[in-house]
Order: sequence, then C-alpha cells, then structure tokens
Amino acid sequence: MSRIFIVFNKEIRDSLRDRRTVLNALIMGPILGPVLFVILFGFITSKEVEKSEETLEIPVVNRALAPNLAQFLEQHGMLIQPEPVDPEQSIADKDHDVIVRITEQYPQQWRAGEPAVVEVLADRSRREVGTTMARVQRLLNGYGGQIGQQRIQLRGVDPGLMQAVMIKEVDLSTPESRGAMILAMLPYFVMIGLFVSGMSVAIDTTAGEKERKSLEPLLINPLPRWQIMAGKLLATTAFTLISLALTLVAFVIGVRFIPAASMDFTLNLDWSMALQFWLLTAPVALLAAALLTVLAAFAKSFREAQSYMGLVVLIPMLPTLWMFINPVKPEIWMMWVPLLSQSLLINETISGKLMPLNWQLISVLSSVVFGLLLAAIAASLYQRPKLIFNNS
Amino acid sequence: MIVTEHLQKSFGPVQAVRDVTFNAADGQITGLLGPNGAGKTTTLRMLYSLLPPDSGSIRIDGIDPQREALKVKTSLGVVPDARGLYARLSARENIAYFGQLHGIKKADLEQRIAELCEQLDLHEFIDRRTEGFSQGQRVRVALARALVHKPKTLLLDEPSNGLDVMSTRALRELLLRLRAEGHCIVLSTHIMQEVAALCDRIVIIADGRVVADGSADELRRLSGRNELEDAFVKLIGSEEGLLA
Repeated sequence: MSRIFIVFNKEIRDSLRDRRTVLNALIMGPILGPVLFVILFGFITSKEVEKSEETLEIPVVNRALAPNLAQFLEQHGMLIQPEPVDPEQSIADKDHDVIVRITEQYPQQWRAGEPAVVEVLADRSRREVGTTMARVQRLLNGYGGQIGQQRIQLRGVDPGLMQAVMIKEVDLSTPESRGAMILAMLPYFVMIGLFVSGMSVAIDTTAGEKERKSLEPLLINPLPRWQIMAGKLLATTAFTLISLALTLVAFVIGVRFIPAASMDFTLNLDWSMALQFWLLTAPVALLAAALLTVLAAFAKSFREAQSYMGLVVLIPMLPTLWMFINPVKPEIWMMWVPLLSQSLLINETISGKLMPLNWQLISVLSSVVFGLLLAAIAASLYQRPKLIFNNS
Repeated sequence: MIVTEHLQKSFGPVQAVRDVTFNAADGQITGLLGPNGAGKTTTLRMLYSLLPPDSGSIRIDGIDPQREALKVKTSLGVVPDARGLYARLSARENIAYFGQLHGIKKADLEQRIAELCEQLDLHEFIDRRTEGFSQGQRVRVALARALVHKPKTLLLDEPSNGLDVMSTRALRELLLRLRAEGHCIVLSTHIMQEVAALCDRIVIIADGRVVADGSADELRRLSGRNELEDAFVKLIGSEEGLLA
C-alpha cells in the first residue's frame, strides 16, 4: 500500500511543478465559474432594480388627442418624451424601449363611449424591455379603470358589481426559495468543475507519461500495475477535491456581492452549507478522476486524450439539463444516480429544505461504488500491453 | 543468467520476432547486434516482462517473467530505448522515485544515490531538473536509476545512442566494472564497434531471427572473414542499418 503513496507523492509534486496544470486545476477552474456567476447575476439584478425604479421616459404619439390621459401619466411620474418621426423605426433602432401611441380614432371612440384604443409599441423579443412595458401597461390600465369606475358611478351603479371575481395571488415562495432559483446554477458549476479540474492531471499522468515514454521504465518497477494506477488516480482526485473546495469558497464569498436584498430574495449559501456540499460531492471527485483515468489510459496519445475530454465536459451538464427540461420532485431512487443526486441535494438544501440523512448516504454510497467500478476498469486497462506500446 | 528459447512475437501482420534463442551468462556482456527493426527492442521488452511472447520461453535466473513479473523485476535493471526521465523532476528525484518503488529505505537510498553519483559522475547536474539534459546526461541518469536497487541483471537498449565520445567511454568503463562484479549484462546495439569493444558474446539478429551467436573469434571463424566487421556483414547478409 505504501507504494501507492510513493506514486501519489511523486505525481502531486510533478503536477504542482506544471504551470498549466496548476493554472487549470487550482486557479482558472475554481475561480472562473463563481466570478462569471457573480458578474452575470450581479449585472442582471442591478439592471432589474434599475428598470423597476427608474423614471419612465416614454414618447406618447398624438398626445394632443388625449390630453387627459397624458396628464394622468405625468401625474404618475412618467416623463413624456417628444414623439419620434417614425415610431416603429425608433423601436427597431433601440432609440426607445416602449412607445405609447394614441390612435386617430381615440377621441371619437372616447366620445361614443366605446373602448378607445391606445397602442403600446415594443419589441417583445428584447427581454430587457419587459419590466418597462409592464409598468406602462399598469399605468394605462389604472387610467382606464379609474375612468370606467367614474362612468359607472355617474350612472348610479356600484362599481364593485363590475368585478365579479377578484383574483388574489398568494405567493408562498420564500426569499430562500426565490434565491434558490438563481443558485440553481451552483450544482452545474460544481459538477463541471469536478470533471474539468482533474483533467490535466489525469491526462498528464497517463497519456502524457505514455507519450513522453516514461511509462515504460515506470512499469518495470516491482509493484502491481493497479497500485501505480491507484497512486495516479488518487493524485487526480486530490487535485479535484482541492479545486472543489476552492470553487465553493469562491461561491460563498461571491454571492455576497450580488444585491439580493433589493430583489427580495436570500442567497442561502454559508460556510457550513459549503462544507456539506463538499462532503456530498467528494465521492464524485473520485468518480470523475476514475473516468478521466479510463479515458486517458484508453487514448493513444496526449492529443487523443484531449479530444475525449471535450466530450467529458458534457457529462456533468446532463443532470442540470435534465432538471431544466423536466423539473421533478426529488425521489429517493434518484439518489442512486451519481451527479443527479448531488445536483438535487444541493438545490433542495439551498432552497431551505432539510434533506433526509439516508438520502445523502445513498448518494455518497452510489457515487463511491460507481467510482470504484470505473477505477477497476482503469486498472484493467493498465494491464494491457497496449497501455505502453500502441502497436501491440 | 538469461535463457531464451524460440521466442516469437507478432504485432498484427508484422512478425517482429520470428525465432530468437540465446543465453546470456553472469559475468559476461552479451550484445544483441542487428540492423534497426531486426527485433532487438521487442526481444528486450519480452525479457523485462512488458510484452508477453506469442511462443517460446524465457528464464531469468530460473524465473519466468510472464508468470512472476514482480519477482523478476526486483532483480532487473533496465535502460529502455527512450530513457523516459521526468522532465520536471531533478535527476536525484528521478533516481529516488524508482529507489522508493523498489522499497529502499530513505537512509540507504541517500547513500546509494551518493555512490551512483560517484560512479557515474552525476555531481554536476544531480539537483537540476532533467529538462534540457544532453543525451549523455540522460543516459547516465537513466543508468543510475536502473542500478539504484543493485540489480543482478542489466538490460540496456541502445545505451550509447546519441552519446559523445567521452560519455561512451565512461559507459563502457562502468559496464566492464559491473561485468567484473559478476552481473549479467545484455545490451542491444546496431553499432559494430561497440560489440567488438565490449561484448564477450555476440548474438546477431536479422529480420527477427538469430543468425549467429558466439564470441568475436567464433564469429570470425564462422564467417571465414578476418575482420569482425566483414564477418557481421556477411552473417547479416547486408550492410543496411548497421553503423561501423
């Protein structure tokens, strides 16, 4: 057994001296995801806040046809802009997000007591105009409602009769669960990190060693090949575990920079939770390292190994993708599926639910079993003469 | 002591080794001479247990390398064709790694490396990373690494490839000293001078077969030529792939 650790020590030392590996596994890998996440969501949330609070600056075309309406809009804080020459074009040119247009028939319809048509121009394919558009519509509805009520009252009817049903929305989401919608990205980053961070170590210690022809003398040493494989596998796993810890640390620190309170949600990710996630996903580090080792041992060269790795990145995306397409209630059988179980557990925990301990244990157990299974395959690949000599 | 009988090895349609039978005695240097592609490296790889022969048998001090690979490896020192040093480790770390894998204790290992430093004159670069080493330096480190556990049997694949004159001389002196200590040494080469100067016994391999086997004198007699080089060329049947 001690020889496994001789191999392990050597691989760790060797990898730490490789600038590319250190950069990939310990710096770029763990930091890039969280930084991207924070910048992205920091930007989105601050934009949303800005849009819902900023003064509405909207052009009103044919304002003179509806002076009363225009006055109402101004009273409610809208800054009416001069009307553009070609409203459609100015929307297309993104000069304005939303334009209100009083139709030519408006005065006539108004006088006849028919619904007077007001158009709201916007490009709905631009996601960012949604908030502004909703605010403009709310104002217009408010005006319409107010005038309608006055008309009914004038005829001596109770305006309440108009409202046969009143819809009252009871939102049971909590600030934590709303935050979890955003942090749903976390398992995705964690899973990708698990597979990416060990990559260069796995390739370097197997396919790289084969390509540099140092595998041949190494295998002439008197220890079983599975022990050599195990030492290398553990080195890859160690790198992955450290990288995973750094990723989680970066997330815990990073989420504090997202202005969550102003959006009325809580990003529920603290240190103890990060530790829990680390322990939950640690078995996946072994599994990922074993998978990478199998592929690297299978490849004839460094380049071939790298081309497999491109496909490997797809694997950790699968559970997140599946959950996105098909949101499900977590069930206990899912805990037997590595990657999916960890993604679900992380998501549920973030949204403030307490996951049963036996679920967590099943998840850990199944990932360890799958990891050992892959390690056994890697060991059997190490037995082939093909491992060293491509032509045999 | 190495005994091989009728070794055969094919890679798909390519018959790399067709029929190789030879013995290598302790206290002797046995040279496998042949042009490039004759099957020398494949033969050596079968000896150090990394390739299983398709047929035939190998015994190294009575041990079958296929059956008891771990046991045979404890008594083998190997310098493969490619050397295969770790570029990011120093020469000392390279040697120590293999020493540890052979189960040598730390204190013994330090002492052993000091000895090897002396014998192979490694002082100048022992603590430098091997990246950028010259061929001569590489071979010396690879040799030290192969000798760290004091193996009974030494297998060297083209040891003097790429060496300058001084390094070649140093290598020869070392091999002669090991021979005097009673080691069994097998080296492969395509350089005629080398076998002539060094080997007690010469096994000529051409196209996967042993075509002649004996001391330099025996080979001269066998071929009816006085010059050893002429004898080689006669026995192999062509000059192609050999270096004088």
